[in-house]
Amino acid sequence: MFDQLSERLGAIFTRLTGRGKLSESDVNEALREVRIALLEADVSLGAAKAFVATVKSKALDADILESLTPAQTIVKLVHDELVALLGGAAARLQFADAPPSVILMVGLQGSGKTTQSAKLALRLKEQGRRSLLVAADVYRPAAIAQLQTLGRQIDTPVFERGTGDPVEIARAGVAEARRLGLSTVIVDTAGRLQIDDALMGELAAIKAAVAPTEILFVADAMTGQEATTVAKGFDARLGITGVILTKMDGDTRGGAALSIFEATGAPIKFVGVGEKLAALEPFHPDRLASRILGMGDVLTLIEKTQSLYSAEQTRKLEEKLTRNSFTLDDFLEQMRQVRKMGPMKDVMKMIPGLSRALPKDFDIPEKELGKVEAIICSMTRHERRRPDILNGSRRKRIAGGSGTQVSDVNRLVKNFEQMRQMMKQMGGKNARRLPRFPSGMLRP
Amino acid sequence: MFERLRASLGKARATFGTIVRLGRTGAPLTPEFWETFEEALIAADVGVPTTEKIVGGLRTVAKQEAWKTTDQVVARFRRDVERFLTLPGAALDLAAAPAVVLIVGVNGSGKTTTIGKLAKQLRGQGKRVLLVAADTFRAAAAEQLTIWAERSGCDVVRGAEGADPASVVFDGVRAGKTRGADVILIDTAGRLQTKTNLMEELKKMRRVIERELGAPPAETLLVLDGTTGQNALSQARLFNEATQLTGAIVTKLDSTAKGGALVAVVDLLEVPIKYVGLGEAPDDLRPFVPADFVAALFDDAAAPVA
Repeated sequence: MFDQLSERLGAIFTRLTGRGKLSESDVNEALREVRIALLEADVSLGAAKAFVATVKSKALDADILESLTPAQTIVKLVHDELVALLGGAAARLQFADAPPSVILMVGLQGSGKTTQSAKLALRLKEQGRRSLLVAADVYRPAAIAQLQTLGRQIDTPVFERGTGDPVEIARAGVAEARRLGLSTVIVDTAGRLQIDDALMGELAAIKAAVAPTEILFVADAMTGQEATTVAKGFDARLGITGVILTKMDGDTRGGAALSIFEATGAPIKFVGVGEKLAALEPFHPDRLASRILGMGDVLTLIEKTQSLYSAEQTRKLEEKLTRNSFTLDDFLEQMRQVRKMGPMKDVMKMIPGLSRALPKDFDIPEKELGKVEAIICSMTRHERRRPDILNGSRRKRIAGGSGTQVSDVNRLVKNFEQMRQMMKQMGGKNARRLPRFPSGMLRP
Repeated sequence: MFERLRASLGKARATFGTIVRLGRTGAPLTPEFWETFEEALIAADVGVPTTEKIVGGLRTVAKQEAWKTTDQVVARFRRDVERFLTLPGAALDLAAAPAVVLIVGVNGSGKTTTIGKLAKQLRGQGKRVLLVAADTFRAAAAEQLTIWAERSGCDVVRGAEGADPASVVFDGVRAGKTRGADVILIDTAGRLQTKTNLMEELKKMRRVIERELGAPPAETLLVLDGTTGQNALSQARLFNEATQLTGAIVTKLDSTAKGGALVAVVDLLEVPIKYVGLGEAPDDLRPFVPADFVAALFDDAAAPVA
């Protein structure tokens, strides 16, 4: 996501940084390009104009242009403004003082309300909150069946009353949750246009009937200039409390993310980043702004790593590294852990500086990683601990077993030895640094 | 159709209305005019590259022909848009028996609903229609299609949830041939165009159809959400690479979408838009008529609905 915008802004700022002193016209030219880059990323015309005007008024401050590093200061200004445009601080989900808390999901057709309802229920379940999913979309054929199937997948009860009155269904759903002692109710509603007066009236009636703590507007991240109008329409009628942006895992330029907060003042609370039900992430404006500007996103990387490694695991690994008893088994384990964080390409982009240093069409061949895994798995326990015993016939057997060539096995063994050498040198105080894949580990 | 379109494209019309108002005054050509013109196009989702192309072209012509007033520019623009959107083959090609129509698109663009509406219309024309539920991923997608089949009196072929969609396509085409169907409408799972493995899955479905028929599908149609911005271009390009599109259907154009992305997509793909979705009822899926569309975009007889 945001790759294109990130690339465009990166090029603009590289050019700006290349100059020592900046004149007013340099700044104007750069900001004109920023405006075009934002528009190309589907940021609404109004939001793009306002953004550039704010940065300009701050940037043309004499002190900044006279400072030693004016370009860096301007990049920082842009970063801060991006954070502001994305909603400032990360916004959390609100819950009612007395359960159940009611979350109402609203949006256009096809924005992803039903799927996000289930994703949200799963997320809350992981935090120890049991939810009731309420099927109040009585219009789209099989919408209820869809919610029921999703509910089964995440072991969460679904309340339905067929295709009756959605207001009554919502009201009965909340009563049911109270009876079952569940803490959260997620009401899935039918997709509708913000100008459809009758259907918007229905939502207002549901709101009045169930007094939701959250009204989440579910929006497709690929929406164009229309994002502002739609969000405003829903907000004016219902007073939305937050936004879930969906389909962020494609090559969307994500301009909607930068327009909706400006239009409604409602923060983005979650982003949908994949088809799996676990693919819902909290939204952090500051981190996203850093990522857009190619500054990396170390915080998310650290969080992802922490969720995968226990302190104990980390300590053991460190010990192995310093004692140089790091085996192919450990290597395999490491590789599997890293791959759990998602595609290598995405993980690497979170490292500061790397996203811009990588070539545009850079891709980690996930298949090659699979090959490495297959090779190691085809070795005996003993071989994994003592790769030096791997003679010709063993290597041939391993290649056969893993469906690779002997040359692949040779390369892996050679690279592993090199890596061990490197770690040995790094040992002691520097051992805390993460082991890195030596070049050539993956490719000939 | 015209009245319905005009009512439906209220917002798009209001946007292009800016341009119409710019042209009506017969005011002199100023830099401010060009800037407002450019912004109006961008605000209608036409996109920066296509906007620059349009404005650049008009500026050149304006210079060459020594135009003095804005109305000349706007008149030319209107003529160009209409000519531009008019491509051959805008009607569905259903000559083959059975004519296989493969429907593709991103998640939530409206594929299943569009097929349901199309099936109803084709049944109304007395055609034997078979629906194939090759979306085996989304929960209850097959149920949704089955309900549409019941509503329109069509047969439906479906596989188990999680089944290989290509095998469902195979069964569907086989069944269509034995049952003597005139049209086979194939619903596929929504997929983002950047998911390489899912696009490979589409290619496989296409290959299966080709092997069973001895010919490519009669139509491969991309369903685009009318509210989509510049990502529509990426969708058009990548889906076309994977499945060789013969046309596009733009949904959710009723009163919300700006419609400008249409221009950019046609600019890129050079395949016609065959239908536009203007509402929830089956009849609201209408054949795309460029002249009517442009007339609705530019018609400023009534006050803009904003």
